[in-house]
Amino acid sequence: MNNKLQTLASGIIDVSPLMIPVVPFGIIYGVIGMELGLSSYMILGMSVIIFGGASQIVLLQLFSGGASSFVTIGSVGAVNSRHLLYGAIFSQYLSHLRITWKIILSYVLIDQAFAVSNIYFKKNKNNENRHYHLLGAGFTCWIIWQISTILGIVLGSVVPEELGLSFTISLTFLALLINDFRKFRNIIVMLVSGLVATIGYTTIPFKAYIIVAALSALIVATLLTTLKSKKN
Amino acid sequence: MHWSTIFYCGIITYLTRFSMIFLLKEDILSDKIKNILSYVPSAIFPAIIFPPIFLDNAGYLDLESNPKILAAILAIVVGYFSKSIIFTIFSGLISYWILIFLMGY
Repeated sequence: MNNKLQTLASGIIDVSPLMIPVVPFGIIYGVIGMELGLSSYMILGMSVIIFGGASQIVLLQLFSGGASSFVTIGSVGAVNSRHLLYGAIFSQYLSHLRITWKIILSYVLIDQAFAVSNIYFKKNKNNENRHYHLLGAGFTCWIIWQISTILGIVLGSVVPEELGLSFTISLTFLALLINDFRKFRNIIVMLVSGLVATIGYTTIPFKAYIIVAALSALIVATLLTTLKSKKN
Repeated sequence: MHWSTIFYCGIITYLTRFSMIFLLKEDILSDKIKNILSYVPSAIFPAIIFPPIFLDNAGYLDLESNPKILAAILAIVVGYFSKSIIFTIFSGLISYWILIFLMGY
């Protein structure tokens, strides 16, 4: 097998275990989209155009809360700011590529693909076809995400609303934070964000509570990291 | 929901992924900025998690006989020990169903 195909295959294999939680996430997204009365085209269209679970769920939540499109877009931007970190770290591994490659790979630079390709890039600095790893990992996520969205759309028309599936939004995001439950500073940041959002939900105008809560929590995170580095 | 909102959200999502790859040749973000960015999930996800759990449909704080709080605490405990995303989601959902359907919360 030539190097490109081999690298592509290892991207697909490496990311596969991370697809297990993506499937219920995608299904939940599709079901909730249907419960909110969106058309199936729109629900699937969001998965193709945005291709980001957290962003899509935030979009649905703010839509159902009646937020303006300006605040919605701002909140989605805040949710996505973590990708700046991924891009900055990957720039050193992808700088030799043509712009077309950068355009394609950026589309699939999501949490799961970043996690596995970052490990691969660090270990295989001399593989000049290393970007095929990100291509394989990213498009595996893409296909799984579209299929689970479609499953959710199909299930959404039969699942009764009494099951309270909207609660799974909170549970899904909670589950994404489990690795940070053990870190004291992260717990403080989480509590600040949660409390500001809960208090601000009705008091902060224009449903901008996600943006305000995130900024307050990031300021606290900055203070905590500054205090930590001073101590060292 | 308008298609235009979806497109704008798509563009902003894409730009956060593309901008650094396009602009930087090497990783120039300082460790301090990276350290702060690593807190972004902890800073944002609770803002999505908390309000639907603690607030009722009218936006008032609902701390009494609220099955979501109990189910979320159970999910946190399960997540802490199992470190499994799937177990966390399902333990929370199943305990929520037990609370509302069997125990009449």
